[in-house]
Amino acid sequence: MQIIVTGTLLGGTYALIALGLTLQYGAARIMNLANGETLVAAGFVAFWLFTALGVNPLLGMVLIAPMALALNWLIYAWLLRPLVRRAKNRGMLEVDSILATFGLLFLFQGLMLLGFGGGYFSYKFLAEPFLILGEPYGLNRVVAFVAAVIVASLLYLFLYHTRQGTAVRAVAVDPASARLVAIDVARTAAFAFALGGALTACGGILLSTFYTFNASMGVIFTMKALIIVIMGGVGDVRGATLAALILGITETAVASLIDPGLTLAANYALFVLVLLFRPQGILGRASA
Amino acid sequence: MLRRTFNSLMVSAALLAFGAGSASANETLKIGVSAPKTGPLTAGATAVYWPNVKLWVHDVNQKGGIKVGDKLLKVDLVEYDDKSSPEEAVKNIQRLATVDKVDFIVAPYTTGINLATAPLISRYGYPQLVATGNANELEAFVKRWPNSFWLLGKASDLSTGIVATLKTLRDKGQIGNKVALAHVAEAFGLEMIQSAKPAFKEAGFDVVYETSYPLGTQDLAPVISGAKAAKPDAFVAYSYPPDSFALTEQARIQGLNVDAFYVGVGGALSGYSQRFGKQVEGVLAMGGINPGDEVYKAYRERHKQVTGQDADYWASPVVYSSLQILEQAIVKAGSTDRAAVVKAIATGTFETVIGKVSLQNNLIGRVWTVGQWNNGVLQGVNGLGVDGAKAPVKKPAWN
Repeated sequence: MQIIVTGTLLGGTYALIALGLTLQYGAARIMNLANGETLVAAGFVAFWLFTALGVNPLLGMVLIAPMALALNWLIYAWLLRPLVRRAKNRGMLEVDSILATFGLLFLFQGLMLLGFGGGYFSYKFLAEPFLILGEPYGLNRVVAFVAAVIVASLLYLFLYHTRQGTAVRAVAVDPASARLVAIDVARTAAFAFALGGALTACGGILLSTFYTFNASMGVIFTMKALIIVIMGGVGDVRGATLAALILGITETAVASLIDPGLTLAANYALFVLVLLFRPQGILGRASA
Repeated sequence: MLRRTFNSLMVSAALLAFGAGSASANETLKIGVSAPKTGPLTAGATAVYWPNVKLWVHDVNQKGGIKVGDKLLKVDLVEYDDKSSPEEAVKNIQRLATVDKVDFIVAPYTTGINLATAPLISRYGYPQLVATGNANELEAFVKRWPNSFWLLGKASDLSTGIVATLKTLRDKGQIGNKVALAHVAEAFGLEMIQSAKPAFKEAGFDVVYETSYPLGTQDLAPVISGAKAAKPDAFVAYSYPPDSFALTEQARIQGLNVDAFYVGVGGALSGYSQRFGKQVEGVLAMGGINPGDEVYKAYRERHKQVTGQDADYWASPVVYSSLQILEQAIVKAGSTDRAAVVKAIATGTFETVIGKVSLQNNLIGRVWTVGQWNNGVLQGVNGLGVDGAKAPVKKPAWN
């Protein structure tokens, strides 16, 4: 039982890491390699707000998320839109965006190193025991999990029950046909990218309450997010959440029952299995 | 990062031009340094390595420079980023020796990179004062590379230090016999556990739980719950900084109340006590210092003043001392002749912030191995040839 709860909490964390990328890759078709850096940058801002001004990280989210939204919109408009215009097909856009965001990764990392140096950062927020079924768990992780659930459900509601969300999904499925039904594809893609950035930032803020992080750690998160996004099915929010939970529970089970040294192996074994038997992702539909 | 590289390029270009112009005058002492400014080792280097290099250059230049023969030479630092990679470090050292033609170099950061660069440093005849690395079988290593000096002791000294501390506690009847072990699955953790396990067995401890975890993971709840289920009297983790933090937090949250709780690298950082506050009381960690020592106290204050950050309770003063040894050896040799300086280091006695240091067979005789947090400082409780060690005490429950 303890394994399932710990694993679920971990899965919530992973979902937070991956949701933003799902949206950016799935809808805006940008394979954003700087995703982890966005996450860490948000963590830094949360750290700074908390230690310098005493702002509660959850409150900080209200401030940081819109900032990330605006910033990512600008990045899309200035850096990525020319690539989108130039790209003749999806493959070309993917290659170009990978190269461009790879550069962005180093730029962000360099800026963070310049601003904060390379040291470890961590702060203490809600590091209290919280009892679930009589067993103690970190309250900050529980809060992060609850937030992940809320964020994922809001995103789900938005995508499946609003007009704008439907437009995002339409763009994700087929940008060319979406234009035929009067969807402003460029605008919608930019919005999806920006929203993805904001979600990633939220993830970073929540993660910073219990992770020790530094400026060069972004790539670890990008890797994790990538695995989850591919496992869940590109652009599928439900799939990504499910994949994150499966990954969290598997890792915890392997760590508790076999050996913590094998979590990475289990991680990739699962990834390979999904790629072999459901290459379109756990909930993904086979592409036509 | 690009900008950083560009800057360092510009700086080195400027230095080259400058060096060419003033080579005959030789007004400064050129010291080269290559260590991580980016990559996974950056965080550790930023905490204990770079500030001390900076502080030392500041201190030396403030008093006018280093006396070489009858000249007083200011220190001119040439810095490179090794990107946390041994290959890059080798290239940097090569460049420092052949292009920048530095007089001396500061030994790189961490065991791995020091081992990787030792042959090259030796070829150019520079002394290599290793302050942030340790390994087993150093005697054989020193025979091969006689200009390498090791100031942090042997790996087995460090790993077995905690065994001795636990034995002391057990003999006093403060803890029981059951130990839970965890280590990071990486060169450091493996080397530690290799020498630690036989030592635990020999001391008659019963290892009730043992596990490893991959480098970089911070989700260590399963390790702590596994240890808790085994009901140990002591918890010992040969861990790296981020996991030292994560293990401590999990242990506290899950209420793993053992009578002795030990973490490896990172537990001696000032950031550790800042993060956990009063909770660190009684926690054991790799490292330690005699915090009452006036020289250390003065050093700590200057460190804060000049670099704006707190020194740690382990490697920081050792890094600074390694530079003091270099400085005093240059003065003793009276020249910048590398062989003469190497000889001066091997035979001399030096006044440093970790006390009077002399090296036997290029190894330091005084090392702190275990410290215990006591009123916000990591008080050394075990070490070799050190003064001011206090007796370890039973850890109170997390509160």
